[in-house]
Amino acid sequence: MILEDGRRVDGRRPDELRPTTIEVGILKNADGSALIRQGKNKIIVAVYGPRELHPRHLALPDRAIIRCRYHMVPFSVPERKSPAPTRREIELSKVIREALEPAVILSSFPRTTIDVFIEVLQADGGTRTASITAASVALADAGIPMRDLVTAVAVGKVDGTLVLDLNHVEDQYGDGDMPVAMMPSLGQITLLQADGNFTLEEFKRGLELAMQGIRRLYEIQKRALKEKYSSLALELRKGRS
Amino acid sequence: MSKPEEIIPKLKKDTIMSLLSKGRRIDNRALNEFRQLKVEVNVVERADGSALVSLGNTMVIAGVKAVLGSPYPDSPNEGAQIVNAELIPLASPVFEPGPPGEEDVELSRVVDRTLRSAKAIDLKELAIVPGRRVWHIYIDIYALNHDGNLIDASMLAAIAAAYTAKIPEVEVRGNGIKIKDEKVNLPVKDIPVTVTFAKIGNEIVVDPCYEEELVMDSRITFGIDSKGNICSIQKGLRGTFTIKEVIEAASLARELSEELREIIVKLK
Repeated sequence: MILEDGRRVDGRRPDELRPTTIEVGILKNADGSALIRQGKNKIIVAVYGPRELHPRHLALPDRAIIRCRYHMVPFSVPERKSPAPTRREIELSKVIREALEPAVILSSFPRTTIDVFIEVLQADGGTRTASITAASVALADAGIPMRDLVTAVAVGKVDGTLVLDLNHVEDQYGDGDMPVAMMPSLGQITLLQADGNFTLEEFKRGLELAMQGIRRLYEIQKRALKEKYSSLALELRKGRS
Repeated sequence: MSKPEEIIPKLKKDTIMSLLSKGRRIDNRALNEFRQLKVEVNVVERADGSALVSLGNTMVIAGVKAVLGSPYPDSPNEGAQIVNAELIPLASPVFEPGPPGEEDVELSRVVDRTLRSAKAIDLKELAIVPGRRVWHIYIDIYALNHDGNLIDASMLAAIAAAYTAKIPEVEVRGNGIKIKDEKVNLPVKDIPVTVTFAKIGNEIVVDPCYEEELVMDSRITFGIDSKGNICSIQKGLRGTFTIKEVIEAASLARELSEELREIIVKLK
């Protein structure tokens, strides 16, 4: 799947991300929201909370809890998927929640819940990582205090070459997939998974490659947040004059 | 999930952490030391393969059943591998009855991925009439006593059961398939194992017992195949790791995986 000129099936270099854009605050009802487009991925994230938790006995006296639902709409994939949550979606909801939790200052909101709802509208490989990247922006948009954003990307192995930000074809037919999420400024890994086959050396280089991608996506996240709030500030100023 | 445990571990955490700062653990093991592993196979004659694993006081049983079925549309010339794990209330006061939750699903999927990525069960050899009839290999895992590190215990039970499993020989006759009395080995081509670490404060320990799991901040599992390559990774819980920590853990996992694999290889 790596062509002779070293390009990938979609024309990218091995260390190149897919074109990525993030829009902030696209849902009026949610406290925070974001839409990420990464390659053909289109994923929408809504954050509600901190808010009261029902049933109450799930609430914790010293901190907020995060609930997370990752879901793919039936028409997001080539063959219609049943709308019922699959085992994959159950696992991903768990690991995405655990990737976001370290970044959120949960002790600020005891007895409450912060709900993160993720709908994959169109899937093109790397939906869990794109979901995390978008969800942390949506959490920030909700005004929830955080230690850092969480930024995620997958590294894979295709025809023996390590490549950044796998697309669907590379994920399906490649020799390995390693999703990584980090709090970039703090240098802390919050999600790490892998399948396929990596030597210890490839694992190390894979982490470095993931870091490169994460740094670039981190800039896109920050820019998206700044854009929303600078345009808001502009409107406010206009309103006053 | 019950309330008392949310409070007790804060005290216990102090004890465990002060021991760790002196390089010691609550059950006197070294930081990189597994509990005693015992594997018994063919414990259930009705199953095509079975294994009972004890890792210290953690006990897990796994059974293999081969069932004739149709291939999946995306792999017409391959058998199927289905892994299911259940954390039943019999195994611990903290497990509740009900449909599989997140933890059960994560456990089965980690074992499934590790077997698949290592190409442990040769699914191509399990096609009987390509495109029409194949073996479905079910691996069902039940925790019997939960004293921590169910992932590694379940992985060992699953691979031990599969490695020693025998499935019926079949003969294709025209349009029919005859299941014979003779048995053949389930084609197992690699013996992957997992090595799980818990991070408690800033210390990382291998094969956490239940008391350590109660206070751990995060968890990471490496699946290692027979060549010493990484075939799966799963980080869990709310804590974090640095890059240096995961690289050190991965290379330790590689070393420790050899001892575990040796015990499995000797079963046959």
